Amino acid sequence: MVVPPVEAVQSILSQVMDPEIPVMSVLDMGIIREVRWDEAEGALHIEITPTYSGCPAMKVIEDDVTSALMKAGFPRVLTHRRYSPPWTTDWMSSEGKEKLRAYGIAPPGLAAESLIGINQKRKKVACPFCRSEKTELRSEFGATACKSFYYCAECCQPFEFFKPI
Amino acid sequence: MESPEEMLSPRAATIAPSELPTFSPAVRTALFDYLLRLGDDRLILGHRLSEWCGHGPILEEDLAIGNVSLDLIGHAQAFLALAGRVEGKERDEDRLTFFRGEREFRNIKLSELPRGDFAFTIARQFLFDSYAALLMEKLQSCRFPELAGLAAKTLKEDTYHLRHSAQWVLRLGDGTLESHAKVQAAFNDLWAYSGEAFVADEVELLLAKELGIPDPSSLKAVWVERVSALLKEATLQVPADCFMHTGGRKGLHTEYLGKLLAEMQIVPRSYPDARW
Repeated sequence: MVVPPVEAVQSILSQVMDPEIPVMSVLDMGIIREVRWDEAEGALHIEITPTYSGCPAMKVIEDDVTSALMKAGFPRVLTHRRYSPPWTTDWMSSEGKEKLRAYGIAPPGLAAESLIGINQKRKKVACPFCRSEKTELRSEFGATACKSFYYCAECCQPFEFFKPI
Repeated sequence: MESPEEMLSPRAATIAPSELPTFSPAVRTALFDYLLRLGDDRLILGHRLSEWCGHGPILEEDLAIGNVSLDLIGHAQAFLALAGRVEGKERDEDRLTFFRGEREFRNIKLSELPRGDFAFTIARQFLFDSYAALLMEKLQSCRFPELAGLAAKTLKEDTYHLRHSAQWVLRLGDGTLESHAKVQAAFNDLWAYSGEAFVADEVELLLAKELGIPDPSSLKAVWVERVSALLKEATLQVPADCFMHTGGRKGLHTEYLGKLLAEMQIVPRSYPDARW
Protein backbone atom coordinates (compact mmCIF):
# COMPACT_ATOMS: atom_id res chain seq x y z
CA MET A 1 0.00 0.00 0.00
CA VAL A 2 1.31 3.44 -0.89
CA VAL A 3 2.08 5.60 2.13
CA PRO A 4 -0.19 8.66 2.05
CA PRO A 5 1.38 12.13 2.21
CA VAL A 6 1.71 13.70 5.66
CA GLU A 7 -0.86 16.31 4.57
CA ALA A 8 -3.51 13.57 4.54
CA VAL A 9 -3.16 13.15 8.31
CA GLN A 10 -5.28 16.25 8.99
CA SER A 11 -8.34 14.91 7.17
CA ILE A 12 -7.89 11.42 8.61
CA LEU A 13 -7.73 12.78 12.17
CA SER A 14 -10.78 14.99 11.59
CA GLN A 15 -12.71 11.69 11.52
CA VAL A 16 -11.28 10.38 14.79
CA MET A 17 -13.81 11.36 17.44
CA ASP A 18 -13.45 11.91 21.16
CA PRO A 19 -14.94 8.74 22.71
CA GLU A 20 -16.76 10.71 25.44
CA ILE A 21 -18.07 13.53 23.25
CA PRO A 22 -18.61 11.88 19.86
CA VAL A 23 -19.37 15.12 18.01
CA MET A 24 -15.84 16.45 18.64
CA SER A 25 -12.88 15.22 16.65
CA VAL A 26 -9.40 15.02 18.20
CA LEU A 27 -8.57 18.06 16.05
CA ASP A 28 -11.55 20.02 17.44
CA MET A 29 -10.29 19.18 20.94
CA GLY A 30 -6.90 20.68 20.13
CA ILE A 31 -5.01 17.71 21.57
CA ILE A 32 -2.95 16.83 18.50
CA ARG A 33 0.21 18.90 18.91
CA GLU A 34 2.59 17.65 16.27
CA VAL A 35 2.65 15.32 13.30
CA ARG A 36 6.04 14.20 11.98
CA TRP A 37 6.98 11.68 9.30
CA ASP A 38 10.36 10.06 9.84
CA GLU A 39 11.59 8.79 6.47
CA ALA A 40 14.50 6.82 7.93
CA GLU A 41 12.31 4.95 10.41
CA GLY A 42 9.35 4.75 8.06
CA ALA A 43 7.23 5.91 10.97
CA LEU A 44 4.65 8.59 11.61
CA HIS A 45 5.07 10.32 14.99
CA ILE A 46 2.03 11.92 16.62
CA GLU A 47 2.35 14.05 19.74
CA ILE A 48 -0.83 14.25 21.82
CA THR A 49 -1.38 16.45 24.87
CA PRO A 50 -3.82 14.93 27.39
CA THR A 51 -6.73 17.16 28.38
CA TYR A 52 -6.83 16.12 32.04
CA SER A 53 -4.11 14.10 33.80
CA GLY A 54 -6.51 11.37 34.84
CA CYS A 55 -8.49 11.28 31.61
CA PRO A 56 -9.42 7.61 31.21
CA ALA A 57 -10.12 8.11 27.50
CA MET A 58 -6.46 8.81 26.64
CA LYS A 59 -5.56 5.21 25.86
CA VAL A 60 -8.65 4.78 23.69
CA ILE A 61 -7.85 8.02 21.85
CA GLU A 62 -4.26 6.92 21.23
CA ASP A 63 -5.46 3.54 19.95
CA ASP A 64 -8.11 5.16 17.72
CA VAL A 65 -5.61 7.63 16.24
CA THR A 66 -3.13 4.84 15.56
CA SER A 67 -5.77 2.56 14.11
CA ALA A 68 -7.19 5.22 11.77
CA LEU A 69 -3.76 6.16 10.45
CA MET A 70 -2.65 2.57 9.94
CA LYS A 71 -5.88 1.76 8.08
CA ALA A 72 -5.13 4.73 5.82
CA GLY A 73 -1.80 3.18 4.91
CA PHE A 74 0.85 4.45 7.33
CA PRO A 75 2.92 1.34 8.14
CA ARG A 76 4.08 2.44 11.56
CA VAL A 77 2.48 4.98 13.89
CA LEU A 78 3.99 6.06 17.20
CA THR A 79 2.06 8.25 19.65
CA HIS A 80 3.70 10.29 22.36
CA ARG A 81 2.14 12.10 25.31
CA ARG A 82 3.38 15.62 25.70
CA TYR A 83 2.44 17.37 28.96
CA SER A 84 4.11 20.69 28.32
CA PRO A 85 2.73 23.22 27.47
CA PRO A 86 -0.38 22.00 29.30
CA TRP A 87 -3.62 21.59 27.39
CA THR A 88 -6.01 24.51 27.60
CA THR A 89 -9.61 24.85 26.42
CA ASP A 90 -8.35 27.82 24.40
CA TRP A 91 -6.94 25.21 21.96
CA MET A 92 -10.43 23.95 21.11
CA SER A 93 -11.60 25.06 17.69
CA SER A 94 -14.51 27.51 17.55
CA GLU A 95 -16.38 25.02 15.31
CA GLY A 96 -15.80 22.47 18.05
CA LYS A 97 -17.27 24.80 20.68
CA GLU A 98 -20.39 25.26 18.56
CA LYS A 99 -20.67 21.49 18.13
CA LEU A 100 -20.57 21.17 21.94
CA ARG A 101 -23.43 23.61 22.34
CA ALA A 102 -25.50 21.83 19.70
CA TYR A 103 -24.82 18.55 21.50
CA GLY A 104 -26.16 20.00 24.78
CA ILE A 105 -22.88 20.88 26.53
CA ALA A 106 -22.25 24.54 27.36
CA PRO A 107 -18.86 25.38 25.81
CA PRO A 108 -16.03 27.04 27.77
CA GLY A 109 -15.27 30.74 27.48
CA LEU A 110 -11.71 32.02 27.38
CA ALA A 111 -9.61 30.28 30.02
CA ALA A 112 -8.04 33.47 31.34
CA GLU A 113 -11.39 35.16 31.91
CA SER A 114 -13.05 32.23 33.57
CA LEU A 115 -10.58 30.62 35.99
CA ILE A 116 -11.50 32.13 39.31
CA GLY A 117 -10.25 32.12 42.88
CA ILE A 118 -12.04 30.24 45.62
CA ASN A 119 -14.44 33.03 46.50
CA GLN A 120 -14.75 34.95 43.29
CA LYS A 121 -18.21 35.24 41.76
CA ARG A 122 -18.65 32.80 38.91
CA LYS A 123 -19.37 33.97 35.36
CA LYS A 124 -22.91 33.10 34.29
CA VAL A 125 -23.21 30.06 32.06
CA ALA A 126 -25.87 30.13 29.36
CA CYS A 127 -28.09 27.06 28.97
CA PRO A 128 -27.16 25.26 25.72
CA PHE A 129 -30.80 24.38 25.11
CA CYS A 130 -32.70 27.63 25.71
CA ARG A 131 -29.81 30.14 26.05
CA SER A 132 -31.18 31.49 29.37
CA GLU A 133 -28.68 32.62 32.02
CA LYS A 134 -31.01 31.55 34.86
CA THR A 135 -28.67 28.63 35.50
CA GLU A 136 -27.10 27.30 38.69
CA LEU A 137 -24.10 25.11 39.45
CA ARG A 138 -25.03 21.73 40.92
CA SER A 139 -21.54 20.23 41.08
CA GLU A 140 -18.02 21.35 40.26
CA PHE A 141 -17.47 17.96 38.60
CA GLY A 142 -19.95 16.23 36.31
CA ALA A 143 -19.85 12.86 34.60
CA THR A 144 -16.22 13.56 33.73
CA ALA A 145 -13.52 15.69 35.37
CA CYS A 146 -13.55 18.19 32.49
CA LYS A 147 -17.19 19.14 32.95
CA SER A 148 -19.33 20.73 35.67
CA PHE A 149 -22.97 19.92 36.28
CA TYR A 150 -25.57 22.70 35.93
CA TYR A 151 -29.33 23.10 36.04
CA CYS A 152 -31.39 25.57 34.01
CA ALA A 153 -34.27 27.10 35.98
CA GLU A 154 -35.84 28.45 32.79
CA CYS A 155 -36.33 25.25 30.79
CA CYS A 156 -35.83 22.91 33.80
CA GLN A 157 -33.16 20.77 32.18
CA PRO A 158 -29.82 19.73 33.65
CA PHE A 159 -26.79 20.18 31.40
CA GLU A 160 -23.03 19.94 31.53
CA PHE A 161 -20.56 22.81 31.19
CA PHE A 162 -17.11 22.18 29.73
CA LYS A 163 -14.84 23.88 32.25
CA PRO A 164 -12.30 26.42 31.02
CA ILE A 165 -8.80 25.36 32.01
CA MET B 1 -13.04 -5.97 12.24
CA GLU B 2 -9.62 -6.82 13.62
CA SER B 3 -8.68 -10.36 14.51
CA PRO B 4 -7.79 -11.02 18.16
CA GLU B 5 -4.12 -11.36 17.13
CA GLU B 6 -4.16 -7.94 15.53
CA MET B 7 -5.73 -6.39 18.60
CA LEU B 8 -3.18 -7.93 20.96
CA SER B 9 -0.05 -7.14 19.02
CA PRO B 10 1.72 -3.94 20.04
CA ARG B 11 0.90 -1.92 16.93
CA ALA B 12 1.74 1.39 18.45
CA ALA B 13 4.34 2.18 21.01
CA THR B 14 4.91 5.45 22.74
CA ILE B 15 7.97 7.26 21.45
CA ALA B 16 10.87 7.29 23.87
CA PRO B 17 10.30 10.51 25.86
CA SER B 18 12.83 13.28 25.52
CA GLU B 19 16.28 12.69 27.02
CA LEU B 20 16.70 13.49 30.67
CA PRO B 21 19.30 16.11 31.58
CA THR B 22 22.53 14.74 33.06
CA PHE B 23 22.33 14.59 36.84
CA SER B 24 25.11 13.90 39.30
CA PRO B 25 24.57 10.61 41.21
CA ALA B 26 23.63 12.49 44.39
CA VAL B 27 21.07 14.64 42.59
CA ARG B 28 19.68 11.65 40.69
CA THR B 29 19.14 9.71 43.94
CA ALA B 30 17.50 12.70 45.63
CA LEU B 31 15.35 13.47 42.59
CA PHE B 32 14.09 9.88 42.39
CA ASP B 33 13.07 10.07 46.06
CA TYR B 34 11.43 13.46 45.55
CA LEU B 35 9.40 12.29 42.55
CA LEU B 36 8.23 9.29 44.58
CA ARG B 37 7.05 11.72 47.26
CA LEU B 38 5.08 13.75 44.73
CA GLY B 39 3.59 10.63 43.13
CA ASP B 40 2.86 8.72 46.34
CA ASP B 41 1.07 11.67 48.03
CA ARG B 42 -1.43 11.59 45.19
CA LEU B 43 -1.53 7.87 44.50
CA ILE B 44 -2.43 7.01 48.08
CA LEU B 45 -4.89 9.90 48.48
CA GLY B 46 -6.44 9.06 45.10
CA HIS B 47 -6.94 5.49 46.27
CA ARG B 48 -8.57 6.67 49.50
CA LEU B 49 -10.95 8.94 47.61
CA SER B 50 -11.92 6.09 45.30
CA GLU B 51 -13.38 4.34 48.37
CA TRP B 52 -16.26 6.83 48.19
CA CYS B 53 -17.33 5.48 44.80
CA GLY B 54 -20.92 4.32 45.23
CA HIS B 55 -21.05 5.64 48.80
CA GLY B 56 -21.22 9.40 48.34
CA PRO B 57 -23.70 11.30 50.53
CA ILE B 58 -25.33 12.70 47.38
CA LEU B 59 -24.91 11.72 43.72
CA GLU B 60 -23.13 14.95 42.80
CA GLU B 61 -20.46 14.34 45.41
CA ASP B 62 -20.07 10.68 44.47
CA LEU B 63 -19.19 11.95 40.99
CA ALA B 64 -17.07 14.87 42.19
CA ILE B 65 -14.96 12.83 44.60
CA GLY B 66 -14.53 10.14 41.96
CA ASN B 67 -13.28 12.72 39.47
CA VAL B 68 -10.84 14.27 41.95
CA SER B 69 -9.56 10.76 42.64
CA LEU B 70 -9.03 10.15 38.92
CA ASP B 71 -7.14 13.42 38.50
CA LEU B 72 -4.87 12.59 41.46
CA ILE B 73 -4.13 9.12 40.13
CA GLY B 74 -3.36 10.69 36.74
CA HIS B 75 -0.90 13.03 38.42
CA ALA B 76 0.64 10.10 40.28
CA GLN B 77 1.02 8.23 37.00
CA ALA B 78 2.96 11.13 35.50
CA PHE B 79 5.21 11.71 38.54
CA LEU B 80 5.92 8.00 39.06
CA ALA B 81 6.66 7.45 35.36
CA LEU B 82 9.21 10.27 35.55
CA ALA B 83 10.59 8.82 38.79
CA GLY B 84 11.16 5.48 37.07
CA ARG B 85 13.02 7.13 34.21
CA VAL B 86 15.21 9.10 36.62
CA GLU B 87 15.98 5.92 38.60
CA GLY B 88 17.05 4.24 35.37
CA LYS B 89 16.25 0.66 36.44
CA GLU B 90 13.33 0.15 34.03
CA ARG B 91 10.65 0.45 36.67
CA ASP B 92 7.61 2.10 35.13
CA GLU B 93 4.70 3.64 37.03
CA ASP B 94 2.85 0.31 37.31
CA ARG B 95 5.89 -1.47 38.70
CA LEU B 96 6.41 1.28 41.25
CA THR B 97 2.73 1.36 42.23
CA PHE B 98 2.05 -2.35 42.63
CA PHE B 99 5.35 -3.90 43.66
CA ARG B 100 6.80 -1.60 46.31
CA GLY B 101 6.38 -2.45 49.99
CA GLU B 102 5.14 -0.15 52.74
CA ARG B 103 8.60 1.05 53.78
CA GLU B 104 9.29 2.20 50.22
CA PHE B 105 6.33 4.54 49.98
CA ARG B 106 7.14 8.22 50.47
CA ASN B 107 3.72 9.83 50.96
CA ILE B 108 2.83 12.07 53.90
CA LYS B 109 0.63 10.37 56.50
CA LEU B 110 -2.21 12.78 55.76
CA SER B 111 -2.81 10.94 52.47
CA GLU B 112 -3.17 7.47 53.99
CA LEU B 113 -5.60 8.24 56.84
CA PRO B 114 -8.94 6.46 56.40
CA ARG B 115 -11.67 8.28 54.56
CA GLY B 116 -13.81 8.88 57.63
CA ASP B 117 -17.12 10.64 57.18
CA PHE B 118 -17.81 13.30 54.53
CA ALA B 119 -16.69 16.12 56.84
CA PHE B 120 -13.38 14.35 57.47
CA THR B 121 -12.84 13.71 53.77
CA ILE B 122 -13.55 17.36 52.91
CA ALA B 123 -11.36 18.73 55.71
CA ARG B 124 -8.44 16.47 54.74
CA GLN B 125 -8.92 17.29 51.07
CA PHE B 126 -8.92 21.03 51.79
CA LEU B 127 -5.69 20.80 53.81
CA PHE B 128 -4.08 18.72 51.06
CA ASP B 129 -5.37 20.82 48.14
CA SER B 130 -4.13 24.03 49.80
CA TYR B 131 -0.66 22.47 50.08
CA ALA B 132 -0.69 20.85 46.64
CA ALA B 133 -1.74 23.97 44.71
CA LEU B 134 0.85 26.08 46.53
CA LEU B 135 3.61 23.52 45.91
CA MET B 136 2.82 23.21 42.19
CA GLU B 137 2.67 26.99 41.87
CA LYS B 138 6.29 27.17 43.07
CA LEU B 139 7.47 23.97 41.39
CA GLN B 140 6.55 25.17 37.89
CA SER B 141 9.59 27.46 37.95
CA CYS B 142 12.14 24.79 38.89
CA ARG B 143 15.14 24.17 36.64
CA PHE B 144 14.17 20.66 35.47
CA PRO B 145 11.95 21.53 32.47
CA GLU B 146 10.00 18.28 32.32
CA LEU B 147 9.06 18.51 36.01
CA ALA B 148 8.21 22.21 35.65
CA GLY B 149 5.88 21.29 32.78
CA LEU B 150 4.15 18.60 34.83
CA ALA B 151 3.74 21.06 37.71
CA ALA B 152 2.10 23.64 35.44
CA LYS B 153 -0.39 21.04 34.20
CA THR B 154 -1.07 19.66 37.67
CA LEU B 155 -1.63 23.15 39.10
CA LYS B 156 -4.60 23.78 36.82
CA GLU B 157 -6.40 20.68 38.06
CA ASP B 158 -5.37 21.27 41.68
CA THR B 159 -7.01 24.69 41.45
CA TYR B 160 -10.36 23.10 40.60
CA HIS B 161 -9.94 20.58 43.44
CA LEU B 162 -9.21 23.42 45.86
CA ARG B 163 -12.27 25.30 44.70
CA HIS B 164 -14.38 22.22 45.36
CA SER B 165 -13.01 21.42 48.83
CA ALA B 166 -12.89 25.07 49.96
CA GLN B 167 -16.52 25.65 48.95
CA TRP B 168 -17.54 22.59 50.95
CA VAL B 169 -15.57 23.73 54.02
CA LEU B 170 -17.50 27.00 53.86
CA ARG B 171 -20.81 25.23 53.44
CA LEU B 172 -20.18 22.72 56.24
CA GLY B 173 -18.58 25.16 58.67
CA ASP B 174 -21.09 27.93 58.12
CA GLY B 175 -23.86 25.36 57.92
CA THR B 176 -26.00 23.57 60.45
CA LEU B 177 -25.01 22.88 64.07
CA GLU B 178 -24.33 19.28 63.10
CA SER B 179 -22.22 20.02 60.01
CA HIS B 180 -20.27 22.67 61.91
CA ALA B 181 -19.51 20.30 64.78
CA LYS B 182 -18.44 17.46 62.46
CA VAL B 183 -16.12 19.54 60.28
CA GLN B 184 -14.60 21.26 63.34
CA ALA B 185 -13.91 17.87 64.91
CA ALA B 186 -12.35 16.74 61.61
CA PHE B 187 -9.93 19.70 61.50
CA ASN B 188 -9.07 19.19 65.17
CA ASP B 189 -8.21 15.53 64.47
CA LEU B 190 -6.29 16.28 61.28
CA TRP B 191 -4.20 19.19 62.48
CA ALA B 192 -1.40 17.02 63.86
CA TYR B 193 -0.93 15.56 60.36
CA SER B 194 -0.80 18.91 58.60
CA GLY B 195 2.78 19.87 59.38
CA GLU B 196 4.60 16.92 57.80
CA ALA B 197 4.45 18.29 54.26
CA PHE B 198 6.42 21.38 55.28
CA VAL B 199 9.43 19.68 56.88
CA ALA B 200 12.49 19.97 54.65
CA ASP B 201 15.05 17.19 54.79
CA GLU B 202 18.33 16.59 52.97
CA VAL B 203 16.51 15.54 49.78
CA GLU B 204 14.65 18.83 49.34
CA LEU B 205 17.56 20.93 50.55
CA LEU B 206 19.87 19.41 47.92
CA LEU B 207 17.28 19.74 45.13
CA ALA B 208 16.41 23.31 46.15
CA LYS B 209 20.07 24.17 45.67
CA GLU B 210 20.69 22.19 42.46
CA LEU B 211 17.34 22.35 40.64
CA GLY B 212 15.42 25.22 42.20
CA ILE B 213 12.77 22.96 43.73
CA PRO B 214 10.85 24.87 46.44
CA ASP B 215 12.01 24.30 50.01
CA PRO B 216 8.77 23.05 51.61
CA SER B 217 9.46 24.89 54.87
CA SER B 218 9.22 28.15 52.92
CA LEU B 219 5.62 27.32 51.98
CA LYS B 220 4.29 26.90 55.49
CA ALA B 221 3.58 30.52 56.39
CA VAL B 222 1.55 31.13 53.23
CA TRP B 223 -0.32 27.86 53.72
CA VAL B 224 -1.20 28.74 57.32
CA GLU B 225 -2.41 32.17 56.25
CA ARG B 226 -4.64 30.86 53.45
CA VAL B 227 -6.05 27.96 55.46
CA SER B 228 -6.71 30.14 58.53
CA ALA B 229 -8.48 32.75 56.44
CA LEU B 230 -10.84 30.19 54.93
CA LEU B 231 -11.50 28.46 58.26
CA LYS B 232 -12.36 31.78 59.90
CA GLU B 233 -14.72 32.63 57.06
CA ALA B 234 -16.35 29.23 57.62
CA THR B 235 -16.85 30.29 61.30
CA LEU B 236 -14.42 27.54 62.36
CA GLN B 237 -11.65 27.64 64.95
CA VAL B 238 -8.11 27.23 63.65
CA PRO B 239 -6.72 24.37 65.80
CA ALA B 240 -3.92 25.30 68.18
CA ASP B 241 -0.30 24.51 67.39
CA CYS B 242 0.52 20.97 68.41
CA PHE B 243 2.97 18.10 67.95
CA MET B 244 3.21 17.25 64.24
CA HIS B 245 3.48 13.65 62.98
CA THR B 246 6.31 12.90 60.58
CA GLY B 247 8.00 9.82 59.14
CA GLY B 248 6.09 9.24 55.93
CA ARG B 249 8.86 10.77 53.80
CA LYS B 250 11.22 8.11 55.19
CA GLY B 251 8.82 5.21 54.72
CA LEU B 252 7.60 5.09 58.33
CA HIS B 253 3.84 5.00 58.05
CA THR B 254 0.71 4.57 60.14
CA GLU B 255 -0.97 1.19 60.51
CA TYR B 256 -3.41 2.24 57.78
CA LEU B 257 -1.01 2.14 54.84
CA GLY B 258 -0.30 -1.58 55.03
CA LYS B 259 -3.97 -2.45 54.72
CA LEU B 260 -4.46 0.05 51.91
CA LEU B 261 -1.57 -1.45 49.95
CA ALA B 262 -2.82 -4.97 50.53
CA GLU B 263 -6.07 -4.03 48.85
CA MET B 264 -4.46 -1.97 46.11
CA GLN B 265 -1.75 -4.50 45.20
CA ILE B 266 -3.41 -7.88 45.73
CA VAL B 267 -4.38 -8.56 42.11
CA PRO B 268 -1.09 -7.77 40.32
CA ARG B 269 0.90 -9.40 43.11
CA SER B 270 -1.21 -12.56 42.87
CA TYR B 271 -0.88 -12.73 39.09
CA PRO B 272 2.35 -10.88 38.30
CA ASP B 273 2.53 -12.20 34.74
CA ALA B 274 -1.08 -11.37 33.84
CA ARG B 275 -1.59 -9.32 30.70
CA TRP B 276 -4.65 -7.17 30.02
